[in-house]
Amino acid sequence: MANNGDDVTDAQFTIKEGDCVVLKRGDVFKAAQIQKKRKVIFEKQWFLLDNAVGELYGTTFEVASGGTLQPLKPKHNECSAEVKEAGTDNRNIVDDGRSQKLTRDDIETLKGQGLKGQEIVQQLVENSTTFRDKTEFAQEKYIKKKKKKYENIVTILKPSTRILAQMYHGREPGKICHLRYDSLAQMLTLANVHAGTKMIVFETCAGLVLGAVMERMGGHGSVIQMYPGGGPVNALLAGKLSLDAEGKGEAADEADGGPGDAPGAVPANPTAIGGEEGSPEAESMDTSPERPEKEREERDKRKEDKAQEKKVKMAEKRKKLSAAATLLQGRDADGLVIASRLHPCPVLLGLLKFVAPSRPFVVYCQYREPLIECYTKLREQGGAINLRLSETWLRHYQVLPNRTHPVLLMSGGGGYLLSGTTVMADASQPSGSQRTEEPSLKRKLAETEG
Amino acid sequence: MEPGFHTRMLAALHWAVDSIWLASEQVTSLRRLQILVTLGPEAGANTAFISTAPPAVLSVPPMSFVEYADLIQEGDVAIIFMGHDSMFPVKVQQGAQTQTRYGVIRHSTDLIGRRFGSKVTCSKGGWVYVLHPTPELWTLNLPHRTQILYTTDIANITMMLELKPGSVVCESGTGSGSLSHAILRTIAPTGRLYTVEFHQQRAEKAVEEFREHKVGHLVTVLNQDVCKDGFGVTGVADAVFLDIPSPWEAIGHAKSAIKRHGGRLCSFSPCIEQVQRTCAALAEHGFGEICTLEVLLRVFDVRSVSLGLPDFGPDDPLQAGPDAPGEGGAPGTPAANATVTCRTAVPPREMAGHTGYLTFATKSLV
Repeated sequence: MANNGDDVTDAQFTIKEGDCVVLKRGDVFKAAQIQKKRKVIFEKQWFLLDNAVGELYGTTFEVASGGTLQPLKPKHNECSAEVKEAGTDNRNIVDDGRSQKLTRDDIETLKGQGLKGQEIVQQLVENSTTFRDKTEFAQEKYIKKKKKKYENIVTILKPSTRILAQMYHGREPGKICHLRYDSLAQMLTLANVHAGTKMIVFETCAGLVLGAVMERMGGHGSVIQMYPGGGPVNALLAGKLSLDAEGKGEAADEADGGPGDAPGAVPANPTAIGGEEGSPEAESMDTSPERPEKEREERDKRKEDKAQEKKVKMAEKRKKLSAAATLLQGRDADGLVIASRLHPCPVLLGLLKFVAPSRPFVVYCQYREPLIECYTKLREQGGAINLRLSETWLRHYQVLPNRTHPVLLMSGGGGYLLSGTTVMADASQPSGSQRTEEPSLKRKLAETEG
Repeated sequence: MEPGFHTRMLAALHWAVDSIWLASEQVTSLRRLQILVTLGPEAGANTAFISTAPPAVLSVPPMSFVEYADLIQEGDVAIIFMGHDSMFPVKVQQGAQTQTRYGVIRHSTDLIGRRFGSKVTCSKGGWVYVLHPTPELWTLNLPHRTQILYTTDIANITMMLELKPGSVVCESGTGSGSLSHAILRTIAPTGRLYTVEFHQQRAEKAVEEFREHKVGHLVTVLNQDVCKDGFGVTGVADAVFLDIPSPWEAIGHAKSAIKRHGGRLCSFSPCIEQVQRTCAALAEHGFGEICTLEVLLRVFDVRSVSLGLPDFGPDDPLQAGPDAPGEGGAPGTPAANATVTCRTAVPPREMAGHTGYLTFATKSLV
């Protein structure tokens, strides 16, 4: 067995300047970009990310005075090897509000002296008159609570669908139509997204769904993104999910590639979607491998010559558009994924005709009723079977010795999914005779309109 | 052998011999199964077969579980879809016939050469759809050799383990291969799955199935006890999945199978006591981001429901509306059976209330 633990491979697990990273503290995430001398505000504290450069992804840092990050050594398991003294119950603990001998001012003074969070917690414990009478569990809980407040630690993670989906759902659920990450997971699986496919994606989820689909395709195949309005919103996301093929340690043909993300727009089929959004447009994303560094260089170059860029971009856009149109024309997409704030019914009916038979499709909607309508219309129209309207419930657990139970708060809803499989439209011909797959005259006319 | 290298070697050599060791627990002698992999013009276009038969020559890439094909060919697996809860897989063979309640399907004329997604009319005049297999359809149709994982859990496992093309995954036990197929779909064309199953017949059956489904080149099946002997690989995995009775005994092996710089782990257990022991073992081995969750699927039945209107007598203004059907009498006379109809989504009377707890964790170099 070859061991991939060479230092060469470590490079891709090292935090570099310019990297898009995710900061984590407790269950809270925030996206940031590593830039020298730039303040980041996260969870009511500000710091500089300079010191993170060169450290490995997954490192936990302590925020020292002046906002510098100090890498923390791996957890010394279960703090305080002091003599454990604990009560058995709370029969003699009286809440008189005077158990803590330190005043608020004292604590502020300690902070001002630049005391580490851990030391402050220690002080609080020592100055708590009731601490020794508390049960072992209550002591642990007390320490955990104080640590959360006074220990300023932050972990830096490499972005992935898992982390970004959790981050968005926690921070800005409105931007992703309240798509909870377990629903996103269902979508990717139900749509059978995998390498080598030709996928159609229609989303208004800040590029989260698009990025997730692209990560699953690993740079093999193509994604046609349909979007309403003037242009797609990809909020960095698709670019952030760099599709590193890990552990290769050498440049293989299909090694690491970031998605080539050059948006374009084409009126796809105005009859498909109306509404004040204007006509839907399509963009083709060639997921051909391309190194993220190369992308960065290109970005810098672009800044130098903006006018030139505009021209090139327009040409590029037109090229991308005709490419996308060509891709759609085949009507042989391998799957369709929809997650938007528009009514899913016209979107689905408008795009399903571009999908080959016997391919899965998934529609997400924050609400159930529009999907009921979709279901009914599809039933009338035919061309789709195995229809299923579903929802998932997600429950987290606290697992601790003698204190295992479901977490007290759970998500109220993560949206609804309508999934199904396309089949060949009814050819009113006796079986055995093959239907030609050429678009009929009527279809051709529809395509040339608009 | 390093996974990416392995795939490229295959592509370069056009065929390679990959051995699968089946080490039986009782028998000390090792039985060796050989899988020959023949690659067609494109990666993924290959057939795998046991023993020493000559390599098949292929012109068109056949369907596989990791690659769509348009037309049905001999040797394919197809899903015969007869209705929502009524489908089954068939192996397509020239001259073969399949009986359904709508009559017989003749493979040579009804399947071979037809497009996946076609409607097939059976001898009795009834019809079925013939579908391209996907891991999700396979999960609903596979022969159960064990309790299996279903798509709801599989979807979360796939995302939370951060699986993608090129990922190297260790799995135990293989069981009926429900999850294995989903993993292979996700990690193809450059990833690799090392799956460990201590039950010899099940391991052999899995080998045969992977070969039939044309994913044999992506997977290695080991017949050994993961708790005693581990995964048979060290420092290569991006992700490890455990679905065994005592996962806490395999955490050490999982840790050594994962790459040096880290990776993800998931353990599936039906009982909370198993989860507690697993979490303790994970903490002990220095895993971070330990998180246990459960996902429940609710499927709705879309229906029209009718709600009757109350009859309060002749002066009821409610029933004077135009949308009160069944009004045969003169105005003012109550309609005895007026109803309002609406489309709604009805939850099932019963649903799966529990499959298992999913415990996730991260091993990091830090």
